[in-house]
This record gives sequence, C-alpha cells and structure tokens, in this order.
Amino acid sequence: MPQQQTRCPSCAEPLDPEDDYCGACGLNVTGETPPAAVLPEPAAATAPGCVHCGSAELAADGYCESCGGAQPRPRDHQELTADGVAGVTDRGLRHHRNEDAFTVAATHLPGGEPAVLAVVCDGVSSSARPDEASATAVEAASAHLLTALQRGRRPDQAMREAIGEAARAVAELAKDGVRTPGGSQNAPACTYVSAISAAGLVTIGWVGDTRAYWIPDDRESAVAYRLTEDDSWAARVVAIGLMTEAEAYADPRAHAITGWLGADAEEIEPHTVSFTPHVPGVLLVCTDGLWNYAEAAADLAERVRPDARSEPLAAARELVDFAVTAGGHDNITVAVLPISPPAEATLRTVPLQAAAAGAAPLHSSPTLQLHRPGSGS
Amino acid sequence: MAVLSRSHPSFSVDIYQNEYLAEGAREVNAIVTVTATGGGTSGGQPLARDTGAAAAVVIMVDCSGSMDYPAAKLRNAREATGVAIDTIRDGVAFAVVAGTHEAKDIYPGGGKLAIADQATRAQAKDALRKLTANGGTAIGTWLTKAKQLFDSRADIAIRHGILLTDGRNEHEKPADLERVLGQAAGVFTVDCRGVGTDWEVTELRKIASALLGTVDIVAEPSGLADDFQQMMVQAMGKQVADVALRVWTPANAVIKFVKQVTPNLEDLTDRRADAGPRAGDYPTGSWGDESRDYHVCIEVPSAEVGNEMLAARISLLIPQPDGTAEVLSQGLVRAVWTDDLASSTRISPQVAHFTGQAELASSIQEGLEAHRAGDVDLATAKLGAAVRIAHRTGNESTFKLLQKVVDVVDPKEGTVRFRKNVSEADSMTLDTRSTKTVRVKK
Repeated sequence: MPQQQTRCPSCAEPLDPEDDYCGACGLNVTGETPPAAVLPEPAAATAPGCVHCGSAELAADGYCESCGGAQPRPRDHQELTADGVAGVTDRGLRHHRNEDAFTVAATHLPGGEPAVLAVVCDGVSSSARPDEASATAVEAASAHLLTALQRGRRPDQAMREAIGEAARAVAELAKDGVRTPGGSQNAPACTYVSAISAAGLVTIGWVGDTRAYWIPDDRESAVAYRLTEDDSWAARVVAIGLMTEAEAYADPRAHAITGWLGADAEEIEPHTVSFTPHVPGVLLVCTDGLWNYAEAAADLAERVRPDARSEPLAAARELVDFAVTAGGHDNITVAVLPISPPAEATLRTVPLQAAAAGAAPLHSSPTLQLHRPGSGS
Repeated sequence: MAVLSRSHPSFSVDIYQNEYLAEGAREVNAIVTVTATGGGTSGGQPLARDTGAAAAVVIMVDCSGSMDYPAAKLRNAREATGVAIDTIRDGVAFAVVAGTHEAKDIYPGGGKLAIADQATRAQAKDALRKLTANGGTAIGTWLTKAKQLFDSRADIAIRHGILLTDGRNEHEKPADLERVLGQAAGVFTVDCRGVGTDWEVTELRKIASALLGTVDIVAEPSGLADDFQQMMVQAMGKQVADVALRVWTPANAVIKFVKQVTPNLEDLTDRRADAGPRAGDYPTGSWGDESRDYHVCIEVPSAEVGNEMLAARISLLIPQPDGTAEVLSQGLVRAVWTDDLASSTRISPQVAHFTGQAELASSIQEGLEAHRAGDVDLATAKLGAAVRIAHRTGNESTFKLLQKVVDVVDPKEGTVRFRKNVSEADSMTLDTRSTKTVRVKK
C-alpha cells in the first residue's frame, strides 16, 4: 500500500493519494524500492597469471606483483543478453579503463505485453570518476524504467523520469566527498541514451552524444536512420545555421558536448522520441567509440549483419570488433534491440517517411520525425 | 610489540600525482602525504605502563673549552638544559651527557638512565652546576655514550637525543664519526643545535640527517631555553618509533629518489634497506600526531597507450622483531599511458610545488657556497632564483631569511643584490634553515 503523502519529498509538489510518481519531477513516491538493476556479473577470474608478463603472482588489488601491470577488470569487456536484446562493451585499445556502462533488460507491461530496453552511458573523460558516473546512471535509469513499465507508465514519461533519476544519481556522486587527488576536479559526469521497445512502440531518450540508430533488415528498400541528435557543439551550430555540417565537423570543437548528466550540468534537457516501426529491423544504441568509425547511418548499416535481428549478440560483437580493429581509440558499447512488427504491417513497399510530430514534443531534426507513415498527411 | 600496536596513532597515506603519461614517457612522480592522528590526546603520556617508561631522552651538552668564550655560552647551555629537564614528563627515562673530546654521563651516571619525577629532575639540574668548559670536541664519543645509555633500556622504543654544540668536530677523524652514525642510525633519533657561528652547518646537518632529527642554529645563546623546550615537547609527543616507508616497485623500474619534503627536505634515497622482492624500506623515525610529505620519483618501463601499471605501492609499517611488519596504511602510485595531451601534460600541483621547494633549498646552499668561494655573480644568480621561488610558493620564513643576506629588488623576477656586511649568523641561519619547506598554498 503506497504511503499517504501530500507533497513530493523531493520537489514539494502536491500529490494525490493514488500517485505513484510525482507529476512534477517524476520521483517514485510509492515508498517501494525498485528492483535491483540488471547489471552484469563480474567475469570469473580465470587468469592463471599476469596477462602482461605471465607471472603467477597477482596482488589482490589487481596488479601484477612482478611487472606492476593492471590485470583485466570485469568492466574491460562485458556481454549481456535479455530476452533477445544483446549488448557488448569493450575497453578498446587506447583507454586504460572502460568508462562506458550499459545494461539490457526485459519485463512485461501490466497487460502482459513484453517490453525490452537498453541503457548505454559514456563517462565524460575530463570529469572525475567517469566510470562511476556511467555505472551509476545506468543503474538508476534501468531500475526506474523497469518499475515504471511494469506499472503501465507511458514509455516516453518513464523515459523522461528515468533520465531525471539518472541525472540526480550522478549529481549525488559529486557530494559523496570521495576525492581523486591529482585527478580532474570536475564533477562526475556521463552522457546517456536508452531505448524501450514495448507493444510495438519504440521510445528513445538521450542526453549528450551517445546515439541510437534504426537499421532495417532490408537495406535496399528501407533506409537506416540516426534517431538521436547530439548535444554537441557541431550539432548546435548546424542547427542554428551558423555552419554547414561539413564545416562544423571539421572544427576542433566539433565533439565538445553541450549536454551531460552531472552536478555541473547547467540544465539537463532530456530528449525523447517515439515511433512505431512498420518494417523489421534493429535498434542500435551505442557510444561514440563505435560511431566515430561509421558516423552516417548508411555507413553503420553496412557493418550490421543482415540477420542482426535474430543474432543480436553476434551483431553487437561484430560492431565492437569493427571499432577495435579500426583503432579502438575510445571505449565501445553497442546494444542491439530486435524489432519485429506484426507481419501484416510489414509492407516492404511502404518506406519510413518523415511526418509531422505526434502528441509528444519532438526534436526538430528531420531524422527524428519517424512517425507512423501517413499519420500526418 | 603488543605495547605499540595497542596505543599508537592511526596512519593514513594519500597519494597526489598525475598518473597520465604521454606515449614513451617513463618518469612517474608522486607526493605521498602521511598523516598520523589519534595518538595526540595522550600527549606523550606513558604508553607502556607495564615497562614503566614511555620514552628515553639523552641530552648531550658541549662542554669543550670554547664554550667559555664568551662565558655566557656555557651558562646559557646549562640554563637551557635545565629548562629541557623541566619539560621531561614523569616516567620518561633520561640522562645528561657532558661532551668534550670524550663523553661523560654526568647524570644519573653509571651508564644508566634515570626515571623522571620531581626528585630526579631536581638532582639532574643540580648536576648541571658541575659542568665546566674544558677540552676538545669529539661528537662521535658523545653519540656512542648516548647509544650505550639507550641500550641499557632495550624495552623503550622511543629514544631521542638532543645534541648541543658550539664548534667543529675537531678531535676525531670524520671516518670515526661516520662509523658511529652508522651504529646509531635506527637506534635513536637526534636533534642538533649549533650555538654561535663557529660550528659547521654541513657537519651538523649530516648528523641530524643520519639520525632523522632536525638541525638549527641558536645564534644567540639566550634563545636556547625556548628552543630546548620546543624540542622536548616535540620529542615527548612521539608515540611510535621506527616507522618505515616501504616502496614496492615493478620489475625493471628504477627508484630515482625518495625524499621527505615536509616539514623539511631530507633525501632518503640512499637509506634504502631491501625488504623482499622489489621492495625497500626507508626510515622515517618516530611519529607523534603529525603529517609529513614524501616525494617519490620512479622510472618505469614504458608501455603502450591504454595500459595501466602500478608504479609503486607505498606502505607505512612498523617492522616487528620476528621479521614481519605491521602495515599501518598504504597507497598506490599509478602510471597510465594516454594519447590525450590534456591529461598527460597536466602537472600535479603538489609535485610541482615540492620540486620547487627542493630547488629553493639547493639554490640557497649553492648560492652561499659560491659566496664563500668568492664567486659573487653565481651567488647572486642562485640567491635570486631562491628569492623568486620563495616568493612564488609563499615560503615566507625563507624569504625573510633571504632578505637578511640580499636586498630584494624584484621578488617576482628574482632580482637581488648582495647586502654589504652580511653577518655570519644570518648567513648560517639561512643555510641551516634552507631545507625548511612549506606546503602548497590552498
């Protein structure tokens, strides 16, 4: 039984007794704790010796007693699947730790329809403890999404609330008093992207430059799309017409992000977009460690195996391998959500096309106006 | 043993470094801040009630013939020693040694230590009256006597000597002193005080360094009493002896240096004692409630971008009689290779600051050395550099001492002129205190 409350404990918004969530800030006001986040189990330590020098002496703190080399950590490479959704993360070649974090999960709506989701976060390297920031955001957001979807929350609302929960949790890190002497003094921060597929509807939410792409099975008659618009310097100057895309991305400031989760984020603007796919395909949710090597949706689609929908883990692995082979300059995380619309809707002759925004306020970018074909004509 | 672990302060180790290295870089620098807390409330009260004594103190007073010129010197030394005796807490074992070309334990005598109480303190002060100035100076014999006295009470861990002299160690070979220092190191610590200006800064500094104590000048004999009292309070505040800084480094790494950088500079690099594979112990002496910083510089084998290596594991520990060690605290110095220039070019403010403090000390010492050798140009350049660093890093006390030797025209640029008629006392004070550092300005 929900506890009787008259005001939200977080923002003091008046509440109705039947409210599960605060209408203003989205806080869960039921007093029940959401289920533990579905986070990957640490990989079993099977290494017989140091991966660098072969010495058998390994210290408990994760370093070789002989050469001092850091031993592989659970977060260096992780793979996770849940009810057909798969994700893979990898440290890459040039960063000493994996500051990306992700999870994939499956649940059911109150009506019994299956719902799957993926959350991917990328720690901001110039902040303190970026690896903790990303893990914290993933945990907070996935816990909220699962609870909210189970309770029948509308996916776009659940998404906005989840981003709010993640933002709060990451901002809290800055207050815990843990210092990183000699390290960055910036508040822990990360970018965010997540995708929900439930009852035929896909919902994407993001802050920063982590991305989601729509990759149809049939790449001949349907088109791959980028679903997110980066909170980045380049995207911003292009959006307001100051530069062409080519000029903006050639600028050294191009990849500077203008939105992130963290205590020092001035104003967090969660972007969400929802659409109903009518052809089969996959959603790719990824960090810039991947898209830096294949930025355009069409280029990325070429790297996605045709049977990605039925082999999501293999597809995610291949994309990670592709990025590692291409240089592995950053941490790489890819989640693949198979999308299989009911057969009667799968009309190959009906391409996805731009349409007017639906009820939910949407981003102005044309790549995001992916609504039900014909709905706005 | 158990006595120590029952009541010593708790230690914490904090590491300040920029762990990011550019491709191909090999040098790792870190400032290790060691803080001991929680022992201070007992304020030097006897720790080892079952053995009867918390600490042992031996005061060595120079009674060579020169102490009579001027006559006030010995009188002041006697008075100061009296003050020091007054500050010895009840239960502390102590003795007074009169030093000339030989050493005599004038109180309590018979190669023993007295236990401080009202009566013994009064008797010790009585004994001081018998001090006369006569004979030469052979500091090694004083230290040997002190060691014999400390050895009579092997059960007392905290052992501290106070050595007061006014002249050079003229009546023994340097090699003899060297040998004694080797025997005394690790057995007891010694603070040295030079009275007047006829003693040798490098000589006393060497003794204090070897025996993990401080060295200072008491230019005016009348200042002795205050200084003695301070030293004694410090000594009485010590809670735990023989703490070692253990540095583990990976295979094929080279320790370039290990220096104590606060409260004063002390190069410990050559004081290493091997402690198992790839590890070595550096002595830090006795600790009360206090905080000290160490600068550790290690050259590690280079690794590819994206790799992380443990460059050093730094532990504070107390070696146990059975060969094991009680680890009090530890910290990690890491090396991470990156191609992100913003990370690899960032300089740790702590490392930069203490590198500056070390440069300040060496500039002063080299400048004064050049001045003695008659090279005024070099001396002016060196002390100018010292003024610039002292000004920039906010080391005000050193800046003031520099001002007594040079006229500062522009502190920011380090433009200075040597003062006419610099007094020997000011020059020696600057030299002696050149190793005194300050911490990073907050």
